[in-house]
Amino acid sequence: MGVRRETMVNTLLLAGLLAVPLWALWADEPFTITLATRVAILALAGVGLNLALGTGGLVSFGHAVFFGIGGYAMGILAFHAQNYTPLIESLSIPGTKSMPVIWAVAVIASALVALAIGALSLRTSGVYFIMITLAFGQMFYYFTISWPAYGGEDGMSIYLRNSFPGVNTLVPFNFFAISFAALLAVLVLVGRLMRAPFGLALSAARQNEARLRAVGIDPYRLRLTAFTLSGAITGLAGALYADLNRFVSPSMFSWQTSGEIMIFVILGGVGRLFGPVAGAALFILLEHFLGGISEYWHIFLGVLLLGVVLFARGGLIGLLAGREVAHD
Amino acid sequence: MTEPVNGSATAPVLEVRGLTKAFGALVASRDISLDLRPGEIHALIGPNGAGKSTLIAQIAGELAPDRGEIWLGGRQVTGWSTAARARAGLARTFQISSLAMEMTVLQNAVLGALGARGKVMRFFAPVLGDRALVERAMAALEAVGLQDLAALRTAELSHGQRRQLEVAVALTLAPRAFLMDEPMAGLGASGSRRLMSFLDGLRERAPILLIEHDMDAVFALADRISVLVNGEVIATGSAARIRGDARVQEAYLGEEAEAMPGEEACAGAGGEGRGEAAP
Repeated sequence: MGVRRETMVNTLLLAGLLAVPLWALWADEPFTITLATRVAILALAGVGLNLALGTGGLVSFGHAVFFGIGGYAMGILAFHAQNYTPLIESLSIPGTKSMPVIWAVAVIASALVALAIGALSLRTSGVYFIMITLAFGQMFYYFTISWPAYGGEDGMSIYLRNSFPGVNTLVPFNFFAISFAALLAVLVLVGRLMRAPFGLALSAARQNEARLRAVGIDPYRLRLTAFTLSGAITGLAGALYADLNRFVSPSMFSWQTSGEIMIFVILGGVGRLFGPVAGAALFILLEHFLGGISEYWHIFLGVLLLGVVLFARGGLIGLLAGREVAHD
Repeated sequence: MTEPVNGSATAPVLEVRGLTKAFGALVASRDISLDLRPGEIHALIGPNGAGKSTLIAQIAGELAPDRGEIWLGGRQVTGWSTAARARAGLARTFQISSLAMEMTVLQNAVLGALGARGKVMRFFAPVLGDRALVERAMAALEAVGLQDLAALRTAELSHGQRRQLEVAVALTLAPRAFLMDEPMAGLGASGSRRLMSFLDGLRERAPILLIEHDMDAVFALADRISVLVNGEVIATGSAARIRGDARVQEAYLGEEAEAMPGEEACAGAGGEGRGEAAP
């Protein structure tokens, strides 16, 4: 049964992602925990993009914008908190080191920017959509480079990881657990959304726009909503990623970042809920092991990507679980 | 002229008034007026290149006319989007099956039911857990005889089954009017016959504006027939009247005037049926 098989693959994937850091905790290998945390966070960024790209068919080459906004939301709030300077002087609003507040700001800010970018770029499609989203990404990239207040080109460091009520976030495994929980929560939400009326209609907008219009549904609003949610999720991932590194820089906004998020989705399986989880895990594994062999490991990544695009459109999940079975 | 049984004093459901559309020097629609009355099948025929597809595109809202008006259910919808017209009660089927191929048969029908109900922005409850939607979709699938294939991927349907599904999706919309673009195209003899008897009963639910190359079907089904030649409606009337119309004979049935219309239609349908769209 295809449905069962994909569920099994997904469960194994999550179990593996949880087991590795548990083992590392036992074996006292903090670096491995950090790798697993990166996988969880990058997977989250990919789940965000996958909603737009996989389900909605919106090939955004600018999701670094949201990743970066999430990162800078964290950076700016924590920067003011650690320097005891107000965030907004006139209103004497302080910065914060609280993760939940930072996440809320990251999600709202990236959702608003996604709404604005989507409202403009969804009037186009195909290659123009790709180019416009890319252009927005580059705009943000060069803006942060030339904005001296928050480190400009050099980015800025946060001395201490931000706090989460009741959890010591300085312990690597605890921060992994937080990131993993965030990934799980978003997977559940997106999974529901894909089966809900919205998901059915969004998927129809990708498969056959004329059909959707003929039943009286306008695709624009669906796509804009999907793009906004997608940006918000990737924004959350950006805030976590910055917290993991305790560092933000304009490179979070770079087109390479957009490309990498897209690679997670493609490697893992476009449109498959757990695709980005598989893709991010594979990416980090390759980076870790091949990167140890040669600094030109991207060549191998390129070959692999080519192989997936040519021979295994369903990505890793498609290889393991077979063709997608319609949701029931 | 055959008047529809219950249509003696009722206003037309769909009305086209003075529709004109030109592509450069080519006038694809020239001052076209026609209407669709309750309970009838109104067939639109014409040789390839007559402008049928252009007319449909304008009625469906995919193409804006240069001049003229389109009325649906007493409201002028000329400037409305395709989706808005569908919500106002215009259900169309496509000449080339236009379905969400990766979805199941049931999901395609549920999509129609969802469109008819509105409220698409629902993010949590599974759409296939919504009994009202699924029942509506299943009822439509049963009406066309696809209920046993509900769980199949649409891409795995045969050509004829896809045509049936097109009709089923249109049914889920519970429309005021059907706009059917060659529903018989590519169907075998038995498939055509089944669909014909189905359409025959369907007109009671909502009238059908039927574009069809299969002349046997047209002359058997239609209450009224309009003949489109070079972007112009040259005749409208009952099957008998159209058959006997000299201009139609000349312009459309032309060189094969002595042959039965059906044979001419076979040649037409098998050949290039998609060429009359916008250049």
